[in-house]
Amino acid sequence: MSKTELKTTPLFELHQELGAKLGPFAGYSMPLFYPLGVMNEHNHTREKAGLFDISHMVHMEVTGANAEKAIARACPLVPSSFEDGECRYTFFLNEEAGVEDDLIVTKLADERFLLVTNAGCADKDIAHMKAICESLGATHTVIPRGFIALQGPKAEQAMLDLGYDLTAIAFMHGIETSSGWFISRSGYTGEDGFEIAMGEDEIADFTKKLLDHDDVEIIGLGARDSLRLEAGLSLYSQDLDETTTPSEAGLIWAIPKALREGGEFIGADALTVKLAEGRKRKRVGLKPEGKMPVRAGADIVNTAGDTIGKVTSGGFGPTFGGPVALGLIPANHEGELFASVRGKQIPLAVHPLPFTPHNFKR
Amino acid sequence: MSTIYYTDEHEWLSVDGDVATVGITNYAQEQLGDLVFVDLPDVGTELDQGDDGVVVESVKAASDVYAPVSGEVTETNDDLGENPALVNSDAEGTGWLYKMKLTDKSQLEALMDKAAYADHIA
Repeated sequence: MSKTELKTTPLFELHQELGAKLGPFAGYSMPLFYPLGVMNEHNHTREKAGLFDISHMVHMEVTGANAEKAIARACPLVPSSFEDGECRYTFFLNEEAGVEDDLIVTKLADERFLLVTNAGCADKDIAHMKAICESLGATHTVIPRGFIALQGPKAEQAMLDLGYDLTAIAFMHGIETSSGWFISRSGYTGEDGFEIAMGEDEIADFTKKLLDHDDVEIIGLGARDSLRLEAGLSLYSQDLDETTTPSEAGLIWAIPKALREGGEFIGADALTVKLAEGRKRKRVGLKPEGKMPVRAGADIVNTAGDTIGKVTSGGFGPTFGGPVALGLIPANHEGELFASVRGKQIPLAVHPLPFTPHNFKR
Repeated sequence: MSTIYYTDEHEWLSVDGDVATVGITNYAQEQLGDLVFVDLPDVGTELDQGDDGVVVESVKAASDVYAPVSGEVTETNDDLGENPALVNSDAEGTGWLYKMKLTDKSQLEALMDKAAYADHIA
């Protein structure tokens, strides 16, 4: 895809003003890093508060008397059990129980749900959800929005200093603060923080106000990736895809126990069968020996040199202080693991996730 | 007295006799961002022009640094093992990558001088 075909977010001009190095991501021209640099951006987020443009993500609302029915069909969730404002991490599964996308579903109010999905799956997700809503008599609306994340231990105070008291909002809960606005206590860095949505025409001014705060810096996709990787969080299309089941990806916790035995969601039958058979692969945290990062796509080999798995995400963890990776290996594997990188065999130790402790406000 | 050459792949060479010191340009390090690891060749490695002699790893990605000319690696910058960020802070000085003994000095003729490289990245 050439640069002229890339889409831009409502913060594109601001990224340019702030000196961002831009690169293509999911069809958008997005900031990779700013003059502060990936390392400092990463550390600033862990120590204070980092602001991320996530406007490329998709917001859809499902509304009407049959909204719960549509959500229960689309995702392995029990929407009738949600309290107002509750957010849940979940999936769109296919008929083989593979993950078509991961997303966050929030109950805004009775008969109103918000779905936030990945930019890379936008066309597929919108068509999928629209078809489900049409078949079940619910209303489906795509909402163009500006969307930022403010992440880090100073995020709550920074919002308070701007006049937004979010201290009462619990982790994975959200509120509509005013018309067109939605703020949830959530994110993808392992830190406390918020995701803040509003009209496309309002987001640049609000972002500038936040950036005026002494503790807030703007952060690019480079540090976003190292932060989520240290936090052990999956990136769709790398760590999980349509061939990976939630249990293989280590994400079965996101599916309520009762639904693992069956349900009305797409993929329910296959999920039950696959859970009974037991997973053949599992996602694990991997710590490469030494200092050289091991990247996504590297083969994982055993002592005999046979390829038995793949690194799905890998890079350098600034807070962890060394290379970190995620990979898929056989579920029953025992013995040593190596990553094959440029003809070298790098020893890999299975490491518990997350690599750096989560700092969520529960 | 050494002569400095530049390539359109954003490498510099400082040539003194038949030995060249090779690194990446300041422009290149700005594009790559913070480096966390530099994978250097072994001393004695014979590199042909265009071979991927070095891999520089930023937080996010690995990038090849191609051999700008042909030659044998005679020394590598050991300081980069402990401090790969030297390439960010002083790309065209203490952040050099390796030294090589040139096998075909005529390859230098096609490279750029400082002014031509400045135009190239402008």
